[in-house]
Amino acid sequence: MPGVDGFIYPNEVELQWSLLIVLYPYITGLVAGAFILASLERVFKVEAVKPTYRLALLTALSFLLVAPLPLQLHLGHPERSLEMYLTPHRSSAMAMFGFVYLWYLMVVLLLEIWLEYRADIVRLAQSTHGWQRMVYKLLTLGSENVSPEARQVDDRISYIVTVIGIPSAFLLHGYVGFIFGSIKANPWWSTPLMPVVFLFSAMVSGIAAVLVLYMAFMKAKRMPLDMNCLDTIAKYLFYTFVIDFSLEMLDLLHRTYEADESFRTLDFMVHTRLWGPHVILQICCGTLLPLAILAVNQLWRFSEARRKAMYLTASLLTLIGIFAMRWNVVIGGQLFSKSFLGYTTYKVEFAAKEGLLPAIGLMVLPFIIVIVLVKLLPPWAEAGARHGLPVQAAPLGGGEN
Amino acid sequence: MDLSRRDLFKIGGKLLVLASAGATLEEIMGAAPPSEAYRVADHWWGMIIDIDKCIGCGSCVRACSQENHVPDGYFRTWVERYQVEEGKQPQVDSPKGGMDGYAPATREDLKSFFVPKLCNQCASSPCVQVCPVGATFVSPDGVVLVDETYCLGCRYCIQACPYGCRYLHPEKQTVDKCTLCYHRITKGLTTACCENCPTGARQLVDFKDPKDPVHEFLRHNKVEVLKPYMATQAKVYYKDLDGSVR
Repeated sequence: MPGVDGFIYPNEVELQWSLLIVLYPYITGLVAGAFILASLERVFKVEAVKPTYRLALLTALSFLLVAPLPLQLHLGHPERSLEMYLTPHRSSAMAMFGFVYLWYLMVVLLLEIWLEYRADIVRLAQSTHGWQRMVYKLLTLGSENVSPEARQVDDRISYIVTVIGIPSAFLLHGYVGFIFGSIKANPWWSTPLMPVVFLFSAMVSGIAAVLVLYMAFMKAKRMPLDMNCLDTIAKYLFYTFVIDFSLEMLDLLHRTYEADESFRTLDFMVHTRLWGPHVILQICCGTLLPLAILAVNQLWRFSEARRKAMYLTASLLTLIGIFAMRWNVVIGGQLFSKSFLGYTTYKVEFAAKEGLLPAIGLMVLPFIIVIVLVKLLPPWAEAGARHGLPVQAAPLGGGEN
Repeated sequence: MDLSRRDLFKIGGKLLVLASAGATLEEIMGAAPPSEAYRVADHWWGMIIDIDKCIGCGSCVRACSQENHVPDGYFRTWVERYQVEEGKQPQVDSPKGGMDGYAPATREDLKSFFVPKLCNQCASSPCVQVCPVGATFVSPDGVVLVDETYCLGCRYCIQACPYGCRYLHPEKQTVDKCTLCYHRITKGLTTACCENCPTGARQLVDFKDPKDPVHEFLRHNKVEVLKPYMATQAKVYYKDLDGSVR
């Protein structure tokens, strides 16, 4: 049979979870990571990352809005997806998706963004005209009291929401890891480390994404980069990446040392079909190289221009590496037979329902959304000044706490 | 009594209507669900497979395919041929699911045998556990079924099945699998695969029926389920299953 080596069960020829299912954990990971970066400022009082606080929230929202789309496109019967809310099967890890998603979207992210921006929205509703005024008026939700007392209440609630938001972000992506980690039929997936690895890789990718977006927006707006902020984000990216890489190596070491029934099959797969995406792309280019770049920055001080270039390179490589990790988990887990006696192949189609074209579209969409959101809800004072907001030298950052 | 020709036609017509209504009623009664004759609580279905009796003819695969309109390239049941050489990884093949039988083995000196496979009708099914909407379920008489009017086509159950027994139906876009010929067994028939097995290698069994030969079979034979370490409480038992079978 073409594309098949050795023996696989006859129903295994076709891969069930495609490129779109690779996107799903990648996108939710970016959401969780971006939110956790935002919470650094709000809960852990890391003032240095303040310039990215609002951007991180808007990034998280943009990706969260797109997160269910690959799943929806993948379903054989997308018109029945509402059944997950109406008649969820309580023993299913996947049935939780709808609830975790809604909780995160409605209770955590939208509420936090609204509270953070409420005073700005009220000001914009008064200073703009025409349809913009209408939009901002709607966004105030009728709450136009921006007295210092009211803002204090906002800040207090916002703090509580963030505190709830951190475990929620952990839940959102840890649960995605659990969907894979709890499949005992698949030894490539079945490990209790999976949710933890997913979580840390999510943080890594989310932090890298915000760093890239921050640099891109500053460049586009011709605003100066806050180097202290950039250095701090790079430092946190390095720390989380070290934890993430250690966990992945622990998983690898455990598998190699234990060498259970599946080991020979998986080992062969990594050395053949997954060599490119796993060893070259994920481990070498997507992990070791950015880790090395970030590590040298912890040891030596380079010029601003060099640091910028290095951080950008490291972040882009990280984003590629984490994407490769998702690919290797989702696709790699379906390339070998559950008989452990053979392998199948996955070829990405181009213009098909689950092909490359819709995948590219789904990856571009959050960036379009974030551009619109940044326009609508300016995260920085410079942008706000055009709408009559008070001009500040420093970026507005997170709230008035 | 004088009957005009008109009256005769009238009575005849009425009789015809009554007779056809009666026939229709009888037909409806006859086709009524097996609720009266068949009580789900009285059964607990499974299968026993005697590997030594399987000759790899593929009759079961063909019968299943025809009975259940299984789409080409997908299998509710299939037959694997194992050829095992001492100290080496077994050589396994299942061309077209064994549907057309097998060419003679190239080497006579190898341990060779056939293994029919189907859904193991697990009592503790990983596929049922993961379904996000409960579209797949274990029926009260122990058969794992899929409600195709409810299945989302997310394919999580396919990933969760350790035995590769499920597939996405290409036209229906819902998950499909062996139903143990539920439409037949609830009418007192056996499955299409068992009925067409020329050697009796596969036998439908009812664990709740005290008179079922399965009890005698289990008492006198060494049996095993596939991948027992998966702890799925599979109800398809294999007699003298070789350790190399996956």
